[in-house]
Amino acid sequence: MIGLWNYLIVGALVFVIGVLGIFLNRKNVIIIMMSIELILLSVSINFVTFSAFLGDLFGQVFVMFVLTVAAAESAIGLAILMVYFRNRGSIAVEDVNTMKG
Amino acid sequence: MIAAIPEFGIALPEIVFAGLALVLLMIGTFGKERSMGLVTALSAASCLVAILLVLLMDTATATSFEGLFIVDKFAGYMKVLVLLGSGLSIVMSAGYLQREKLQRPEFPVLILLATVGMMLMISANDIISLYVGLELQSLALYVLASFHRDTIRSAEAGLKYFVLGALASGVLLYGATLVYGFTGTTSFEKLAALHPAEGVQTVGLWVGMALVASGLIFKVSAVPFHMWTPDVYEGAPTPVTAMFAVAPKIAAVALLVRLLMGAFAPLVHQWQVAILAISIMSMAWGGYAAIVQRNIKRLMAYSSIANVGYILLGLAAGTERGVESVLVYLAIYLFMTAGAFAVILTMRRDGQMVEYLSDLAGLSHSRPLLALAMTVFMFSLGGIPPLAGFIGKLYVFQAALEAGNHAATAGMANAFYIAAGLGATISVVSMFYYLWIIKIIYMDPPAAPLDRPAGAGLSGVVLVTTLFTLLFSLTFVVGPVVGWADAAAQSLTH
Repeated sequence: MIGLWNYLIVGALVFVIGVLGIFLNRKNVIIIMMSIELILLSVSINFVTFSAFLGDLFGQVFVMFVLTVAAAESAIGLAILMVYFRNRGSIAVEDVNTMKG
Repeated sequence: MIAAIPEFGIALPEIVFAGLALVLLMIGTFGKERSMGLVTALSAASCLVAILLVLLMDTATATSFEGLFIVDKFAGYMKVLVLLGSGLSIVMSAGYLQREKLQRPEFPVLILLATVGMMLMISANDIISLYVGLELQSLALYVLASFHRDTIRSAEAGLKYFVLGALASGVLLYGATLVYGFTGTTSFEKLAALHPAEGVQTVGLWVGMALVASGLIFKVSAVPFHMWTPDVYEGAPTPVTAMFAVAPKIAAVALLVRLLMGAFAPLVHQWQVAILAISIMSMAWGGYAAIVQRNIKRLMAYSSIANVGYILLGLAAGTERGVESVLVYLAIYLFMTAGAFAVILTMRRDGQMVEYLSDLAGLSHSRPLLALAMTVFMFSLGGIPPLAGFIGKLYVFQAALEAGNHAATAGMANAFYIAAGLGATISVVSMFYYLWIIKIIYMDPPAAPLDRPAGAGLSGVVLVTTLFTLLFSLTFVVGPVVGWADAAAQSLTH
């Protein structure tokens, strides 16, 4: 029997993979963009799961908003990445270091 | 079932403001660079129109759009501050954009759209409207950070802000799913009505609240989620930095206050300790790390982190007095930070922006009035009486001490006393770098003089903010602000 917890664990795993993908990745910024999408995917899994188990439609409405905003967000992210690439000639994470924080 | 048509009237300022932004976008798109002056002037005017609408509206508490949107005195106060901050940044940016050949009319329009997002955040009464407002604000700000797209530093600032901002939004959303899952609702009112005995004591809800609050703490750039601030502040074009330091921070603090004092009020004992710890860390790290900075924009970044620490100390008190102190502090912070950035915007030499502290040397000879204004802002940020910054800190520390007097346990009481004591100590220590700037201005051998500041707008902003900072402690200035903040705090906590 597949229950609530099975779905929640999948959601949590996808979320953790996304967060780790942002911090452990040393290769390039595109992977970071993919990790951000993973995080938003895990959010959608959680919302839909809770929505189904609570018998409440609100979670699914929220997912619609998340999907829409995610699309706008990745469009802007890729545009900024293009601008960055034109200036730097590279999208390696190690090269994002003009300013030392 | 047909849902009733929502009451649009209470969202009138937002609707008019968003409409104006779209009209200006059209003017800018078809007029290209020729329309820059017109769009800038009209954008600043739109902020004024929206302030007037907010002030004229009935301020009784009301909700609409199925309870997603709330208007009360607190929202009115915060919206006026945010609109003032955005309006000031638009006025300040005009000269800079002209000189840097960045005259694209998208700039003021993006500020307006970000401001619509901030107004929605302030009026959010549900996690879904919180999220949509927050994203509308953030998406516009990501673009603004990388607006100087031919320079590597601006592009890098935009990229860093985007990646970390998107991560923060993701964390906030994941927290929202947990809150929804463990309580079955995302409405602030229904969350606030949860009885402490039943349902509230689940770990799932605590974790959800912690994640949502972490996302917002990232947006106000408090330690430990502050790491993006110095880089983004340094890399972004200076008028954008001035905007970042003021309006979005006020909106995010407003959201944090409404969320913690409203929706998560039943969990006050859980979040109070965490906010107190974050406040102490922000004050300490902001004060300490600023000492070694040589770039004035980075220094202002750490200064803003420290200021957020003081603001969160007022919030941690969790009382009406605490909220009132936060509101008063935000008004003061708005004027002194905008003023300091207006002075920084005048720092140009041979047509180039300069941003090192040493470039300020000899300002007292070449621009004595500007030097005087900068001195006022630095003394105020450092908290020297009787300037505005001192009054803000006084209110926050008083609220913390009062919260200590009424704390439930001796441990909590001591924590508040220690936090207030540490805050006062750090405030004295951080005087070091504010005084250091004043020393550079007045005592160091003069560097080559700076260019003449361009535009009446910038001088006007410096004048107004200096007068406010200088004269704040006079009764006829401090009285209305505190009275209004008091009414706003009452509307939130009752």
